[in-house]
Amino acid sequence: MSSLPAAVQATSRIGEPNTVAMGFFFLFIATTLGITFWAARRTRTTEHFYAAGRSISPGQNGVALAGDYMSAASFLGIAGLVSTTGFDGLIYSTGWLVGWPVVLFLIAEPLRNLGKYTFADVVAVRLRHTPVRIAAAIGTLATVSFYLIAQMVGAGGLIRLMFGISYETAIVLVGVAMIAYVLFGGMLATTWVQIVKAILLLGGAALLALLVLSRFGWSPTALFSAAAEKYGDGVLSPGRLVSKPLDAVSLGMALMFGTAGLPHILMRFYTVPDAKAARTSVFYATGLIGSFYLMTFILGFGAMVLVGPDAIRGVEPGGNMAAPLLAEFLGGTPFLGFIAAVAFATILAVVAGLTLSGAAALSHDLWVGVVRREKADAAEQLRVARVATVGLGILGVVLGITFKGQNVAFMVGLAFAIAASANFPALVLSIFWRRYTTAGAVTSMLLGTASTLALIYLSPTLQIDVLKHSDAWFPLRNPALVTMPLSFAAGILVSLLAPRPDEAAGFDAVSRRMHLGGSV
Amino acid sequence: MTQSFEARLSAVAATRWRVAIVLTGAMITVYFGFILLIAYARPVLARRIVPGLSLGILLGALVIVTSWILTWVYVRWANTRYDAELRQLRE
Repeated sequence: MSSLPAAVQATSRIGEPNTVAMGFFFLFIATTLGITFWAARRTRTTEHFYAAGRSISPGQNGVALAGDYMSAASFLGIAGLVSTTGFDGLIYSTGWLVGWPVVLFLIAEPLRNLGKYTFADVVAVRLRHTPVRIAAAIGTLATVSFYLIAQMVGAGGLIRLMFGISYETAIVLVGVAMIAYVLFGGMLATTWVQIVKAILLLGGAALLALLVLSRFGWSPTALFSAAAEKYGDGVLSPGRLVSKPLDAVSLGMALMFGTAGLPHILMRFYTVPDAKAARTSVFYATGLIGSFYLMTFILGFGAMVLVGPDAIRGVEPGGNMAAPLLAEFLGGTPFLGFIAAVAFATILAVVAGLTLSGAAALSHDLWVGVVRREKADAAEQLRVARVATVGLGILGVVLGITFKGQNVAFMVGLAFAIAASANFPALVLSIFWRRYTTAGAVTSMLLGTASTLALIYLSPTLQIDVLKHSDAWFPLRNPALVTMPLSFAAGILVSLLAPRPDEAAGFDAVSRRMHLGGSV
Repeated sequence: MTQSFEARLSAVAATRWRVAIVLTGAMITVYFGFILLIAYARPVLARRIVPGLSLGILLGALVIVTSWILTWVYVRWANTRYDAELRQLRE
């Protein structure tokens, strides 16, 4: 493509229509549409549509959780960050994993036992349904929207670079495929798309890592030594990316606790038969995701030594093309095509999961719970869920095209910060704390969402990087360090100031069901 | 049985939350310990263990390994002790 520098253009075939990539891409689309067709015949009720009839095994759900979580940001983004900054990129590799044990210890089993389709089910179980569901839906939709924008804008740019098609065509393509999966196949199709994608991504990353290590006598330390020799000892230790300590801590908080508040991740726990299966599935997911992030160490430093930071930045300033360039270097155009197709599959699967969780908030929480007050019949519920899916899918495409060319890194951080500040505190307090009240929950969720949005707007990420102002009112790039404690404090304070003995009385029944399962 | 169902359930619940809090606390300590070292003790992390392996990279990998160990500890505890007590309660 003409936008590439001449030196890179001479050596890399990135950005040219690649027949291997197209081949793998159409194979993936054909397979996943086949799965969707199969799943569509099994999707007759809302329990099928939102929760795959609770029929997913722990092993399958573990792989699907990994698929939902390992987005293009983690595959392409971390590999790019490590290849251009060295050690600093690894901060993300660890941060994105440590939320999983928290999900396991605090959230997974109570969620499965207490809820039906969304995390609002759990918060609302002994509180007043209408205000809680509205507040939870706002938190969910805010998280999902920003995550969706980040994925869509990232997708459009990457697909344009890798396949040479226009940005808008790429976005529409992603939107149409994603709507097809969710609309017809519901959670069953979405789960299997995640499983196929997770296996492709883990397999592709493992193959890349093995090819890298084969060039360094199968020794990671030999690879790190080569990186230090070529680009200085600094690449093996913390550098300028974490120049402000509080920034590192705040980002760490958002990553660690945001994972436990991501609606599309939480929703997956409803697809398994019981709480024990939910527990086992997080165990598998943590193993798979951890292995993947360990591999990003090898991929990142491999790309640094074999391709070089300058060549990587030359193709795309953000460094996102490090993994595809590494694949091209190691296995030529066919391997580049395979990795490009894997990256595309990754984006498609993640947006499908996001759309389904957003649709659940709109139809299950807002329409059925609030507007119809649980009086909608099964056919109506399913119809509304499908309308919401199409609406969100179209919204995703529109947002993707609107935000073309924007810096999207902050939107992922924003999604995690809202999840950590709005969804996580309400979920934890409703599970753990007897005296939690409706007013406390609503305050905590709304304040968590609003304060995160406000402080992101005032942060250097938006004021300096996007709006090009000279300084920012709020010093931190990610607000979680302030907003998450604020949301916890508000929830606790409001509950203590206006006690509700009637709501606290419901806690014993909830506690019983939380551990033993069954109905309240 | 000498104890009432409610008393036994709340004992199981208390143990379960104690385990959850201790393990969550361990994860928070390990991860934020790592982050604080990155923020305030960079020269320490730059130190070499063996040629090519800095303390920072080793600790980063160990954070991931610690996550695995802690999840394994919890799942083992839950599959044996917690599930057994729940089984007794259901009877």
